[in-house]
Amino acid sequence: MSGPKLNLRVRSIEPLSPLLKRFELEMADGGEVPPFGPGAHLRFNLQGDHQRWKNAYSLVTPPTERRRYAVIVRRVEHSRGGSAFMHETVKPGQILEASVPANLFPVSQIARKHLLISGGIGITPFLSYLAAFKSKAAGYELHHFCRAKEAEIFGHLLRDHESSRIHIHAGTEFNLSSVLSSQPLGTHLYTCGPEGLMDLVLDTARTHGWPASKLHSESFGSAHMGGAPFIAILKRSGAEIAVREDQTLLEAIEEAGFEPTNLCRGGACGECLTRVLEGEPEHRDHYLDEGERASNCSIMICVSRAKTNRIVLDL
Amino acid sequence: MTLAFKPAETFRKDFTYRNSEAGILRFPFPFAEDTYMYSVNIEPHLPGGPSPAYDHAFDVDEHYVAECKERAIVLAEDPNRCKVLPHMTEAQWDTLELIMESFAKDYPEHFSLQKNGTRWSWENRPLGLKDSFTFGDLSSLPYEPFEYITRQAQGDFTLQDQRDNNLFVDGGMVTTQADWSLEFDIGMTFHEWHGPVPLAHQLGVFDRALKFLLRLQYGQPVRRLNWTMTINPRLDTSPENYPVWGPDRNTVTPENVAQKVHLRVELQTLFRLPRSNAILFGIRCYLASVAELARVEKWRKRLHRVLRDLPPELEDYKGLTRYRKLVVDYLAPFDDGAPLSRGPQPDQTIL
Repeated sequence: MSGPKLNLRVRSIEPLSPLLKRFELEMADGGEVPPFGPGAHLRFNLQGDHQRWKNAYSLVTPPTERRRYAVIVRRVEHSRGGSAFMHETVKPGQILEASVPANLFPVSQIARKHLLISGGIGITPFLSYLAAFKSKAAGYELHHFCRAKEAEIFGHLLRDHESSRIHIHAGTEFNLSSVLSSQPLGTHLYTCGPEGLMDLVLDTARTHGWPASKLHSESFGSAHMGGAPFIAILKRSGAEIAVREDQTLLEAIEEAGFEPTNLCRGGACGECLTRVLEGEPEHRDHYLDEGERASNCSIMICVSRAKTNRIVLDL
Repeated sequence: MTLAFKPAETFRKDFTYRNSEAGILRFPFPFAEDTYMYSVNIEPHLPGGPSPAYDHAFDVDEHYVAECKERAIVLAEDPNRCKVLPHMTEAQWDTLELIMESFAKDYPEHFSLQKNGTRWSWENRPLGLKDSFTFGDLSSLPYEPFEYITRQAQGDFTLQDQRDNNLFVDGGMVTTQADWSLEFDIGMTFHEWHGPVPLAHQLGVFDRALKFLLRLQYGQPVRRLNWTMTINPRLDTSPENYPVWGPDRNTVTPENVAQKVHLRVELQTLFRLPRSNAILFGIRCYLASVAELARVEKWRKRLHRVLRDLPPELEDYKGLTRYRKLVVDYLAPFDDGAPLSRGPQPDQTIL
């Protein structure tokens, strides 16, 4: 199921830094944009001259805003091309196709307090969180990590929110253990950013006895970076597909003209689960459990690759 | 088709509820085959299908006004039939928006919604209601938003919060139920509230259904049918009122079986709500007497076969034990055993 599509006109593009651009979008037909909740994202179908990308970006507008959406796109250094396309080719007035908002990182409705820890561009889902917390007067605390030269940019993005609750850490000393061990009961923890940061935050929280039900994370970026090339064989059609080092298995399959079921394209939702008939997957997803990974019978084709030169899929 | 509402119909005491001929032909008959067993029979809730009842997000039919009146009677007697836990306020507004927008788009002659930012004006012509309110402001409506809008819709609704990889039934409007209680189930997890269902747990139906529903996406609602049987066209067969309707099951005779026994079909719909990330579960109840269904050649034969061969666990769980044989005996003479087309569609356009 691919779901309903939106035609969005680029209203404006604002450079925030050499690597960050903010895109404002409105419905091409002039209507209201569909509603969404904090943490939701849009998945764009970007059509270049010779290549297609499907990139997901968090909505950063307040969820009450119905006239327009906004997303912030970081130009990724070793990009598969989607973020470079957004930065260099997309112009105001252009129409982009996107899916209706989906949410894989919603806020807890029963949390007494929300503790947010982000790194770099991982701040984006929290921008819609903060707008929602503001209108509901919910308790929260945000810790954001970034490079010293970007501290000002992120400070600017967070300027509308209570400065006493917002902490930007740009290379300064920070005691994660002390923050995680001093929260009131009923606090939920959310983390988004580079894998290393999220792993550290979640591991430390578990060490301090946080239950799994109060830990929430969304991976951004690195999970679906490339790797060594390999060959995928689609059993049902017999198609033999060369997966290049700069594309994902799913992208290679789509490039060959197939449309396997998928949704988040980030290894989280489980929609693209595919049976492995031969070969050994290199699991990069957040969906399969330990047993499922070890059995090597399933693969999430949106992010995972093959350890073997060849992998045969039940597709 | 213009809808001719039947506001005087009753679902209690004198039971004047009847289906028109068009109403019979659009009945969402649940049996695609001659036998019935549980399955994860979930499909995208897209317009179209074997009955016009599937054409819109929320079906409005000739019984609309009478069903809304019946709901008001139940709520006056027992206000606890509508309950929403405090953390579901966002989901309440989501529900109000979804139902209002769907009604106004699908039935513009009966409903209209005007929006000016968060100032909304709603008109429900069949019920003679006109209200202006501020979206997001609880004090601007006569009821909480979920109760306000579900008093104006046919069928029951529950709200599921998603957390800990599970769904919790944290709210609902339940006045037309097949013997389950919102007050008893509220706050339960998916497997807890399905606890009483026989056989399906062992088949893994609920494990798979839960995994599927946790991934339900906004803009991609799904539906399934469920069914049971009810004596008299009574919508409120609640555990709370068991003493009122339970004894009806002893009143079925070979003479009155076709008029008294009704097939009760639930068109169940599931919508991911955008702001709250909750799931709205619609349980729309359709009733048709055995006599009404027997006017369709394919349905009288198929209903006979399904009921004749029903597994005993299902007969017991659905509460059919006392009268199933009477229905089978009534329908048997109509069934020549000839093969029937696959699918539930009536295969005729007039009665």
